[in-house]
Amino acid sequence: MLRRMLSAALVLLFLLGIGIVGTAQQEVTIAVVWSGAELEAFEKTLAPFEEETGIDVVIESVGRDLPAVLVTRVEAGNPPDIAAMPNPGQMKEFVNQGALVPLDFLDLTDHPQAFVDLGSLDGHVYGTFLAADLKSLVWYNPNALFAAGLGVPDTWNELMYVTQQLAAQGQVPWAIGLESGAASGWPGTDWIEDIMLRTAGPELYDKWVNHEIPWTHPAVGRAFELFGQVVRNEGFVYGGSTGALTISFGDSPASMFTEPPGSYLHRQATFIQSFILDANPDLVAGEDYDIFVLPSIRSPERPAPLLGAGDLVSAFNDTPEARALIEYLASAAAQEIWCGELGKLGINVNVDPGIYPDPITAKAAEILAGADVFRFDGSDLMPAAVGSGTFWTGIMDYVSGEDLDTVLEMIEASAVEAYGE
Amino acid sequence: MRTGRFQPWLYIGLALVLVSFFLIYPSIHTIFLSFTRSGEFSGIRNYIYIFTNNTMLTALRNNLLWVVVATAFTVAFGLILAVLLDRVRYESVIKSIVFLPMAISFVGASVIWKFVYAYRPAGTDQIGLFNAIITALGGKPIGWLIERPWINNFCLIMVWIWIWTGFCMVILSAAYKNIPKELLEAARIDGASEWQVFWKVILPLLKTTIAVAATTMMVFVLKIFDIVYVMTNGNFSTEVIANRMYKEMFHFRNFGKASAIAVVLFVLILPMMLINIRRFREQEAIR
Repeated sequence: MLRRMLSAALVLLFLLGIGIVGTAQQEVTIAVVWSGAELEAFEKTLAPFEEETGIDVVIESVGRDLPAVLVTRVEAGNPPDIAAMPNPGQMKEFVNQGALVPLDFLDLTDHPQAFVDLGSLDGHVYGTFLAADLKSLVWYNPNALFAAGLGVPDTWNELMYVTQQLAAQGQVPWAIGLESGAASGWPGTDWIEDIMLRTAGPELYDKWVNHEIPWTHPAVGRAFELFGQVVRNEGFVYGGSTGALTISFGDSPASMFTEPPGSYLHRQATFIQSFILDANPDLVAGEDYDIFVLPSIRSPERPAPLLGAGDLVSAFNDTPEARALIEYLASAAAQEIWCGELGKLGINVNVDPGIYPDPITAKAAEILAGADVFRFDGSDLMPAAVGSGTFWTGIMDYVSGEDLDTVLEMIEASAVEAYGE
Repeated sequence: MRTGRFQPWLYIGLALVLVSFFLIYPSIHTIFLSFTRSGEFSGIRNYIYIFTNNTMLTALRNNLLWVVVATAFTVAFGLILAVLLDRVRYESVIKSIVFLPMAISFVGASVIWKFVYAYRPAGTDQIGLFNAIITALGGKPIGWLIERPWINNFCLIMVWIWIWTGFCMVILSAAYKNIPKELLEAARIDGASEWQVFWKVILPLLKTTIAVAATTMMVFVLKIFDIVYVMTNGNFSTEVIANRMYKEMFHFRNFGKASAIAVVLFVLILPMMLINIRRFREQEAIR
């Protein structure tokens, strides 16, 4: 029965394929993960392109199974013309497989080099970013911080100085919430990734993500220790380690806006703004709350590396229509619509800051445009058994007081298996 | 009409087909999968993993803890309530209240209890009932769900007890009301204290029902998943077998390991099922 249904579906797909080849001339297919509001925003983004060029864009909203669907369709020799890549790691796998076509025709001078590098391999461009989310941000309450006689820190040492000064004044410096139901621990993985980028550098960071260095490598342990200096210090975190482990990531920043302030600093991605405003709708962006970049650690003279995630597109077929669409998606015009709709950060430096709904998002976009080093969220690039398995639980174990070597050995054991070594 | 040779098969035919398709085939397939890894035969590696991996060992230990503690408390509370409430005027009202949590889904109950155990730093408003009481009495708030390994596991088991005590109470109460009152009166006239009546008359007469309630509880408890998944997701040494199976299967896509865990869970539950079936047969034989 199942087989018959499958073959019927295949025949149908085949006929559809003939139909498409037979009738439409000016057409391009793009497979995306987006659905709902994001899909609507994407349709809006494409509308001017279709109107201007007359090319019909067929959007295939595949959903969260996109990685698996792309793999099977490439195997079957029937990939979409263009696809939104789940992450740069998967893009590289497709390049090595010979499935993606180079996009060297693109003029990416308006894209920050860090993003061009992320989408390139062996000197060729294979992917271009439509938008990004920025993770390396520290949120703070300016009124409270300045009232405590402290300023915005420029270096990691200054950040630790601010932390110690606040603690010495009997205040709690940090709001950290690691609880997230079945995904508990992920906010801690972002901390570790940010610190790894700053202490070990991007090259070692990449090796760590690809498991070319073990979890027991001193650089990984060092990152955990620096995180531990904050989160395992009972006086540095709202509610101590118990608070960090039990308070939900979304509730956590609210403690910065109580009277007197329960905490002063909160490291989280751009999306946390909606949580802050949900809890305290009267707060004014840029006045009552603001952001600064988590500072450099190893080389304070260089701009801090940035951690984030982004929407990456690549092409499987080199057709004139596909080229036109990719060029359009890389342009400021497309990104202004996409980012304006969803509050994401544009990659093209010509994106008009006026499209951002608030000054904080605009500021984050400006920070991103000046990116020296940008790296994708490492836990998203690791196999699920590690990246959303033992890395998450390892964070919880470490914060709850487990011995660091035990935690790292536990993650390493799962990694050896998950990376198929 | 003569009963033909094939007629019985005809009657049970449909049931056989359904059972083979939905129970026997998946079981055999699961056992087969448990000896593979990413589609390749891997011998007993998955089983070695189950009995050597630290998290799995914690899960096995916790399942044992759950079986012992949850079963003991639900049956004991159920029995006490059944016997004591028999003498109360508003028996049906109180029994309804005790039974009420049964109507709430596990996930719903877990969310409710997560609020009960919620932690906020000392000196701020406590949103959790337990910590609110403790701080009102001048104590320090406790992270109920992260105090490993005993407090948090017992806090989770408490949710189970809250849900299932009513079920045990109803079964045991029905059996208790079936005991002829003359027996209890005779014992009292012969000078037995209430304590002696309970231990020497009521308890022996309820023995089979208690066993039924206990084995049923054990079968259910061994499969515990929802409470742990919602409240701690197995963090802080609260992992249990079924949650581990879910993660390996649907999160990490390790079909082999997940299948092996399923087989182990199946083997653990099997004896309870056999005990239940055997006693059911014995009861039928008496009738």
